[in-house]
Amino acid sequence: MADLKHLAPTPTPETKPFWEGAKRHELMLPHCKSCGKHHFYPRSNCPFCWSNDLEWVKASGKGKLHTFSIPQRAVMGIPGPFIAAIVELEEGPRISTNLVGVDPDPKNLRCDMEVEVVFDDITDTVALPKFRPVSKAA
Amino acid sequence: MTDFRNLSGKFALVGVAESDELGTLPHKSALQLHMEAARNAIADAGLKKSDIDGVFSAGRQMATETAEYMGLRPRYIDGTMVGGCSFLHHVQHAMAAINAGLCEVALITHGESGRSRLAMPNMSASKDSLLWQFEVPYGIVFPFTAYGFIATRHMHEYGTTQEQLAEVAVATRAWARLNPKANQRGPLTVDDVMKSPVLAWPFHVLDCCLVTDGGGACIVTSAERAKDLKKKPVYILGTGEGMGHCWINQMPDFTAATGATISGPQAFAMAGVTHKDIDVAMFYDAFTITPILALEDLGFCKKGEGAAFVSGQRTAPGGDFPMNTNGGGLSYTHTGMYGMFIIIEAVRQLRGECGERQVKDAEVALAHGLGGIFSAAATMILANAPKA
Ligand SMILES: [Zn+2]
Repeated sequence: MADLKHLAPTPTPETKPFWEGAKRHELMLPHCKSCGKHHFYPRSNCPFCWSNDLEWVKASGKGKLHTFSIPQRAVMGIPGPFIAAIVELEEGPRISTNLVGVDPDPKNLRCDMEVEVVFDDITDTVALPKFRPVSKAA
Repeated sequence: MTDFRNLSGKFALVGVAESDELGTLPHKSALQLHMEAARNAIADAGLKKSDIDGVFSAGRQMATETAEYMGLRPRYIDGTMVGGCSFLHHVQHAMAAINAGLCEVALITHGESGRSRLAMPNMSASKDSLLWQFEVPYGIVFPFTAYGFIATRHMHEYGTTQEQLAEVAVATRAWARLNPKANQRGPLTVDDVMKSPVLAWPFHVLDCCLVTDGGGACIVTSAERAKDLKKKPVYILGTGEGMGHCWINQMPDFTAATGATISGPQAFAMAGVTHKDIDVAMFYDAFTITPILALEDLGFCKKGEGAAFVSGQRTAPGGDFPMNTNGGGLSYTHTGMYGMFIIIEAVRQLRGECGERQVKDAEVALAHGLGGIFSAAATMILANAPKA
């Protein structure tokens, strides 16, 4: 695996539970108790109804590959080719990520294919949520 | 309050110009490129430096630094920065300011060392920014990664093909071949685009815009003031702006630019023209997918039909929909914030100054820009008479 520790982000107060969850290998999402919607990225208030009555819930980790592109050369120290992706989570929000566990060839990929979360521990304290295709054999 | 539609035809673009040179300019700073363009645009209008009382600018330099470099002391200043279409937003903002009596002659200026990167700090997002937390760790930094998301989803939902994307690059190059100032003027075929290296699937290198140094400027004033200037005024019939998101993970619909669906209808409503009235169209072509979305989102065709619209070289010289006649960001120049060059070419077409690439009897032009990753948008409808 490529060394990605230079990419470790620094959480802010409203995103800290997300990154703490990732470290535990749990995908945590903000959920609005007022309107019932999940959102991403984490914010101080619900972007739909502006309520601040929010709670953190563990997401299923399941989703669909909404769209992708495949840079051929290294970007920010991530060796190319790799799969840059947008995943639509089962709970509704979309998240930027990488698709892993599959060769970066468009022939292997299809929009809306089912994916599931995995975690990439890039440092001792930071894990990045990434996604892999759901194995049909499982 | 004024109904915005009442501003139609009351303002004009009276001067446009590029910097003295475009291309690879390691001997010129971004501010020098601003200066050259501003001086040339003022001369084009037949105005003097002392006539400028409003300065509008975007980019790495604050508008105050740009104005200071030029020795200007404007009474109105606007640094709206929403990406590459900022200068189209500035045109609308200048109209509002002039309408309110806050300035009379607005200089809108652009200068960027996009290729040579003089005085251009590297991307400096801090590690606690939203960009760094949720995009950078996945390599979603460079525009082609995120623009590729839109092309991929459009291909999935509507069957758009890479060959259809290539048609855009080929038609745009055909126009560039007629523009002496264009950076890339060699012949180009769909096959050439398809055989060029893949930069980020689904984009080949030739699906992506150039990276150049350069500047551009334009002058906006009232139609009244415009009457006795050097060049025939180009009247602003309609304007609109809008935004849909900032970071790509928030894009509401990966096959549509929400900002354009806001800016387009407003510009058409204000101008009081229909799509059939548009003689020539300038779209921001950062990538071959971007004009396809603009055609759909501005209503020139239905959603999903943009790729069919550009097929068969319909937008090339001799086609029935002249588009990006300067050669676009794909072949003419792309400094990073390309929007200014859209304005310049639209004005020149309406003045009949385009030589070999002149669209015959061009009376109404549409100029549409986008900023960020389809984040912001601005649309203008221009004409060589105050009413179409
Ligand atoms: Zn809510």
